Amino acid sequence: MDSDIVMVDDKGKRLDGRTADELRPMKIEAGVLSNADGSAYLEIGKNKVLAAVYGPRECHPRHLQNPTRAIVQCKYNMQSYSVGDRKRPGPDRRSVEISKIISEALEAVIQVELFPRASIDVYIEILQANAGTRCAGLTAASVALADAGIPMRDLVPSVAVGKANGHLLLDLNKEEDNYGEADLPLAIVPKTNEVVLLQMDGHMTREEFGTAMEMGVKACHEIYEMQKDALRRRYSTEADEQEVEE
Amino acid sequence: MNARPKREVVVPGDLLDDKGLRPGSGTYVLDGKVYSSLLGVKNIRSNYVNVIPLSGRYLPQTADTVVGKIIDIGPSNWLVDINAPYPAPLHVNEVPWRVEFGDTARFLRVGDVIMAKILMMDETNKIQVTMNDSGMRKLQGGHVIEISYSKVPRVIGKGGSMIQMIKSMTDCRIFVGQNGVIWIEGELENVLVAAKAIQMIDEEAQSSNLTERVKEYMEKALPASEQADIQE
Repeated sequence: MDSDIVMVDDKGKRLDGRTADELRPMKIEAGVLSNADGSAYLEIGKNKVLAAVYGPRECHPRHLQNPTRAIVQCKYNMQSYSVGDRKRPGPDRRSVEISKIISEALEAVIQVELFPRASIDVYIEILQANAGTRCAGLTAASVALADAGIPMRDLVPSVAVGKANGHLLLDLNKEEDNYGEADLPLAIVPKTNEVVLLQMDGHMTREEFGTAMEMGVKACHEIYEMQKDALRRRYSTEADEQEVEE
Repeated sequence: MNARPKREVVVPGDLLDDKGLRPGSGTYVLDGKVYSSLLGVKNIRSNYVNVIPLSGRYLPQTADTVVGKIIDIGPSNWLVDINAPYPAPLHVNEVPWRVEFGDTARFLRVGDVIMAKILMMDETNKIQVTMNDSGMRKLQGGHVIEISYSKVPRVIGKGGSMIQMIKSMTDCRIFVGQNGVIWIEGELENVLVAAKAIQMIDEEAQSSNLTERVKEYMEKALPASEQADIQE
């Protein structure tokens, strides 16, 4: 799409002042909800995402049960006030698709074979959207799963790489996404660099795709550190407070 | 309490050991190295690395004593909610009473609370509970509170020291199920104090000197007349 917006100026700075391979400011907090078994709140740029995990618990309806392993049921939902124009509430084609790919990405790391016939339910609520919510949702969901004490091989960090005005840009914001040429969300298992989620819309050359993957994987490792930090912080603050008391 | 090594919080995917220790609970092996699969505290015991979970669902072990609530009645069994990922049926053959077919509701009703033992948990995670064991019974009256199952050992304390202290100071009858469900019966005021004390243990399970502080709390919170009784 052609537009006269300058996505990257001659100093290499983007609309929001970032460089091409810089993430938006990110904040993760684990264990924010008391009624869910595990939860996480995540902000990246203007995105605000809440993830809650229940289970493993008995799977209903029964025909969905798998006698050899647990199933992961994710629900991705955008609040009606999460976008500029009110979004009609309820599941739509897009959110059903995102729910499915996030479930599959999480199933790849959860030790599902430990809980035959059970269901692990993940609810992702987008409170405020500004491009890259599926990645933000998946990143938050994996922290929430760990917080819920569910056995998993690793956490799943996720980020999108895109292309706007011919530049490859990490972690697109709304303007770059809307007026750009391509968007490539990906999620990896950091320990093995396995890819568990990869989608693309728009066009990229083969070389650009390779570079974009490299940028994305590198950024995922950065996000991974923040995820681990959020989980450790949840319990170390408790210990610190107690030390002060004593 | 006792001199413990510095507790190390690990998250899923953290490397625990690559020098030949054996993988224990809450761990997995990849390329000969042991990694954590849980958010928890690293613990090394006799050549095994374990991760003690900080949260999570109770997974029944055979012979665990649990406190459960009846949630459904069938003609020859009851369904007990024991906070596990799976339903736990209690068959009429596993209760200490003689029950005619279809007469189950006369003995235990929906909402009743029982002490039960995990009869078995097979490899497909099918659970069966029994009340045919000493001490297993229907718990009448009282209050039920829930804590995380991983904190149960802390609530009980070394050789039962913590729970004994709470029982004697509040003059309550208390049963702690391995599933983190706790039944308390006594004077309402005292029950509230005991419940608060147990919640305190749940929240601060990681800290040292917990027994002392729980005692301090209870001394402050209990009505003065109780204090006199205890001192006598």
